[in-house]
Amino acid sequence: MSSIIPTPIARQPWSMLIPLILLTCFGSAVLYSAAGGNLSPFADTHLLRFAIFMVVALVISTFSRDFAKFAAYPAYVVILIMLVAVEAAGAIGGGSQRWLEVGPIRIQPSELMKPAVALALARFYDTLPTGMFSSWRALLPAGVIITMPVLLVLMQPDLGTALAILFSGAVVMFLAGLPMSWFLAAGAAAAVAVPLAYNFALKPYQQRRVTTFMDPESDPLGSGYHITQSKIAIGSGGFAGKGFNEGSQSHLQYLPEPHTDFVFATMAEEWGFLGGLFVLVAFGLILHWGLSVARNAQNRFDRLLAAGMVATMFFYIAINLMMVMGMAPVVGIPLPFMSHGGSSMMTNMMCLGALMMVYRWNTQGRGGGLVQS
Amino acid sequence: MPLGLTKKILNESVLTDSFDRRSFVLGVGGLSVGMLLAGRMGFIAIAENDKYATESESNRVNLTLIPPRRGWILDRNGAPLASNQADFRVDIIPERLQDSERELETLAKLLNLDDAKMRDLRKRIDESAGYAPIEVASGLDYDAFASVSIRLPELPGIVPQRGFSRYYPTGPSVGHLIGYVGAASREEFEEDRNPLLITPGYKIGKDGLEKQFEQTLRGKPGARRVEVTASGRIVRDLSTRPDVQGNAVQLTIDGPLQDYAARRLGLESGSVVVMDCASGDLLCMASMPSFDPNSFSDGIGSVEYAMLSENDRVPLRNKVLKGLYPPGSTVKPMHAMAFMHEGIDPNESIICGGGRRIGNRFFNCWSNHGRVDMAKGIYQSCDSYFYHFAQKVGFDKVAAYARQFGLGQEFDLPVASQFYGTVPDSAWKLKKYDQQWQPYDTVNASIGQGYYLASPLQLAVMATRIATGRHFEPALIKTDKQKPAPSLDFKSDEIAYIRQAMSDVVNGPGTAGRARLPIENVLMAGKTGTAQVVSLSVSNGKTGPWKYRDHGLFVFFAPFDNPRYAGAVVIEHGGGSGAAYPIARDVMTFMFDPQKGMDALLAYEKEWGGTAQQRLQRRYAEYARAAGETIPASPPLDREIQARVDAEARIEAQRSEEFARNNPRRVRRPDVDTSVNAQAQNSADDAQ
Repeated sequence: MSSIIPTPIARQPWSMLIPLILLTCFGSAVLYSAAGGNLSPFADTHLLRFAIFMVVALVISTFSRDFAKFAAYPAYVVILIMLVAVEAAGAIGGGSQRWLEVGPIRIQPSELMKPAVALALARFYDTLPTGMFSSWRALLPAGVIITMPVLLVLMQPDLGTALAILFSGAVVMFLAGLPMSWFLAAGAAAAVAVPLAYNFALKPYQQRRVTTFMDPESDPLGSGYHITQSKIAIGSGGFAGKGFNEGSQSHLQYLPEPHTDFVFATMAEEWGFLGGLFVLVAFGLILHWGLSVARNAQNRFDRLLAAGMVATMFFYIAINLMMVMGMAPVVGIPLPFMSHGGSSMMTNMMCLGALMMVYRWNTQGRGGGLVQS
Repeated sequence: MPLGLTKKILNESVLTDSFDRRSFVLGVGGLSVGMLLAGRMGFIAIAENDKYATESESNRVNLTLIPPRRGWILDRNGAPLASNQADFRVDIIPERLQDSERELETLAKLLNLDDAKMRDLRKRIDESAGYAPIEVASGLDYDAFASVSIRLPELPGIVPQRGFSRYYPTGPSVGHLIGYVGAASREEFEEDRNPLLITPGYKIGKDGLEKQFEQTLRGKPGARRVEVTASGRIVRDLSTRPDVQGNAVQLTIDGPLQDYAARRLGLESGSVVVMDCASGDLLCMASMPSFDPNSFSDGIGSVEYAMLSENDRVPLRNKVLKGLYPPGSTVKPMHAMAFMHEGIDPNESIICGGGRRIGNRFFNCWSNHGRVDMAKGIYQSCDSYFYHFAQKVGFDKVAAYARQFGLGQEFDLPVASQFYGTVPDSAWKLKKYDQQWQPYDTVNASIGQGYYLASPLQLAVMATRIATGRHFEPALIKTDKQKPAPSLDFKSDEIAYIRQAMSDVVNGPGTAGRARLPIENVLMAGKTGTAQVVSLSVSNGKTGPWKYRDHGLFVFFAPFDNPRYAGAVVIEHGGGSGAAYPIARDVMTFMFDPQKGMDALLAYEKEWGGTAQQRLQRRYAEYARAAGETIPASPPLDREIQARVDAEARIEAQRSEEFARNNPRRVRRPDVDTSVNAQAQNSADDAQ
C-alpha cells in the first residue's frame, strides 16, 4: 500500500470491497432496468440499504474478540425467542408470517439466525475441550443449537432458510474437526432417507413440486413457469446480452420476480454471458477473500466464525444461481447484493461485517509489523 | 495449566490441520460449483441461444389478424344495403378464461348484460370449441369499452377491441334478401380451416346474399404485430399490415323501393316483388314480417328466436322464394294468351250461367256473367270462360305455356334455395298420384286452383313476361351486359289485347277498381287472385281465424301500354285480393311519384304504430318482458334454424296440395274485390 493513502483506509480489505461495491452498483443498474428504467422503487433503495448496512458492517468489524465471544449465546437466544414470537404472532394473527414489526422496521428473525447459528457454534466449539471433539458431547449440543431454529423456521414454513441454517451449521461442524466418519455416515443416511422420504412421506403434489425443476414443462403454469421463463431470459441474452434496458422478458413481465429472486435472469438477459461471468467472478473474489480470512485466522473461534459466514453467503449465491438456471427447485432465496430486499442485504452485510472483524483481528494479531513492512 | 496447554496445543494443531485440509476441500468444492454454474450459463446462453431467443421473441411478439372489412352490398344506384360501422366490441376466447364464473360476473356488471343474454352466453361457451371467439357485445359506447379494457389484467381470455360491425340501414326490410352475418360456428370452422374464422370480430355470412357472396365480400385480413406483456396487455405496435376490404356486391335491387314495399306490407304477412321490364332486374324482393339482421350479428338470442319462431306469420321465412300459394285467377291472363296462341279467337264468347257444365258436371262460377269473351273473362275474372276453353284446348298444352311464363321454374339466382311449386298436368298427376287427369282437374287448374302452386317470384316473372312478351330472366346481381330476352312468339296485337284487358281490371269495369294509380297518364294493368286455403265448410275465407282466410294475390305492370315495371304482391291469409292490390297500387305510385307514395305510407304507419323496425323493437321488448325466464336457453345454430324454416315452408306448401287433393270439386269464387263486388259475392256464396 502506498503511504499516500491514510492508514485507516489502507487497512481495509480492498480485495473484497472493490468487487463488492462493483457488484452492488451493477445490481443497482439491473434493478434500474427492472423498474422499467427508473431509479425508484428498486435501485435507489438498494443503494441506500447498502450504504446503511455497510455502516453496520463497519461497526461490527470494530468489535473485539471478547465481545464477540461474550455476545454469541445471548444473541442466539434472543433471536430464538424472536422466532418463537413470530410463531406466536402468526398463530394469534391467524396466518403464517415471517417477520416481526418493531415500529417502522420489519425484522425477519430467521435471516438474523443464519449468522447467529454460525456464531453460536463457533463459540460452542471454542469452549469444547479438544479431547471431546470425537465424543457425543461435540455433537449433541451443536445439534440442538442447529435443530431448534431449523424446526422453528420450517414451521413458518420456509424451507430455503431452514436449509441455509442447516448448511452453514453443518459446514461449521465439519470444519471444527468432528470425525470424518460421522459425516460420511450422515451423508449415507441422507442418501437412503431422502428417496424414502420422497416416495413415502411426500404427497404426490409435493413430489411434483420437488421434481418440477428437472422437467419444467410438466408444470408450465406453476413453478415450472418461473424456471422456463428464467431460462428463456438467460438463454435469449446470448453472449453479450440484449443491451441495457432492452430485456423483453423482464420488461414485459414474463419473468416472475425480476427484481428479487430472478434478478440474475434479468441481468443475464440484458448483459448476456459476459455479465454472468462478471457476477460469478465478483462473488468468487468475495468468497475467496472470506475463505482466506478464515484460513489465516489465529484461533479456532475466529476460524469457525469466519468459515460459517462464508458458508452462509455461499449457500445464498449457489442455490439462487442454480435455481434461476433450472438446476434446483424454486425456493425463494435471493441473490446477495443484487436482489432487491432488505433482509438478505442485512444478513449478507452482517456476514461481511463479521468477516471484516476477523480480518482485523488477524492483521492486529500479527502486530504492527505487517503494516510497516 | 501449562501442562494442559502443551497437551491442548498438540491436539489443537491436529484440529488446525484438519481445518486447513477441510476448508481447502470446501473451497475447491465451492470453486467447482462456480465453474459448474459458469458452464451451465454458457450452455444456456450460447449453445442454446437460438432456441431461447426464439422463445423470448414468441413471448414478446403477438401476431393478431385484423378482420377484413366486409365488402358492401349496394343497391342498383350504389346506395348501401349493408355497410360497415366502426364500433367497440368485446369477445371471449373460452379456453383462455381462467376463472370463467368470476370473469363473466365482472363482464355482466361492466356491460350491463341481462340474465337472458348471460344464459345464452354461458350456453355458447359450453358448446364452443374453446379456441373460437364468442361475441359478448358489440356496438358498445366508449365508456363501456374502456371499463373492460382497463380491467384487462384481471380478465384473461376477454378481448375488447375496436373494429367494424355490419350495419343494415333499412334493417328488417332487407332481412330475408340479404341475410345476416355472425361468428363462424365450430362446424363452419372445421369445414374451412381458415384462421380468419376464429379471429375475434370476424363474421361470416350466415344467410341470404351475405352467405352466397361470402368469398367475394370477405376481403383479405390485415395483420398486426404487437408487443404484449405476459398478461396480454399491448405495449406497442411493431408493424401493421392493413386489411383489404372485400369487394362490393351490387344488386339490381332498388333500395328505397325495397324499403318502401317492406314497410307498406305493414301488419300483413306477405311479399312484394317488382321487376324491371327492360332488363328483368329484380328491383324489390320484400318479404314481411321479417327480422332485423342488425340484431342477429351476435347470434340469434334465445328470446329473439323464441319470439320469431312462435309467430304464425313466420318472420324467418323468405316468402318471396319459399312461400308457395295457389296462384288463383292471377294466371288467367297467361292462360288467355295460351288460348290465343292455340288458335282461340278472343272474340269467341260463351255464356256464363253462374257456372258451366264441363263433361257431365256443372261447375260454379263466382258470379253470373252472361256473355263473356276473352277480355271480359279477364277483367271480370269469369271462371266459366276458363273452364270452357281450358277444356277445349287441353290443360297439358296450357301447362306448357305456364312453364314458359315462369311458373314451376327455378331461376338462376344467387340464393340458397327457391321453391319451384307446381304446374299440374296429366303427366305430373300420374307420376305423383298414379291417377288419370280428370276434367275437374282441368277446371281447377284453369283458374289457378287445385294443385297449382307458385311463388311470388314466379308470379312476378310471369307478369313481366306477359307485359313484354319476352322471356326475361330475373336478375339479382347488376351487370353491364344485358342478358338477351328472346321473344315468346306472341304477336304484338295479342299482347296489346291482354294488356288492355288487364288495364280494364283496374281502370275499367274490372275486379280491382281501387287499384287505380293516383297519377295522371300512368295506368296500371293487373290481375287479382284469391287462393282458398280451407274448404267452405270450415270458413268463408273472409273473416274468422286468420289461418283460414284466403290468400290475396295481385300481379301487375305499369304503365299498361308501355310497361316499365311488373310485379306481384301476395298477402297470406289476407282474406282475398283486396288485401293485395292496394299495396301494389302504392308501390307503383312510389315508383312514379315517390312523394305521393310516401305520404300514403306515412299515414298508414301512423295507424300501425311506426315503421316495421320500430314495431319489431317494441314487440321484442314486450315479448322479452312477458316471457322473461320461461324462454328455453337454446338458440339453435343458424343452419339448424334455416333447415327448420325451410321444412316448415315445405309442409305449408304440402298442406295446400293436400287441400286440393281432398277437395277436388270444391271450386269457389276465385277472387273478388270485396268492396265493389260484395253483393255479387254474397250471391255466389249463396249459390254454393
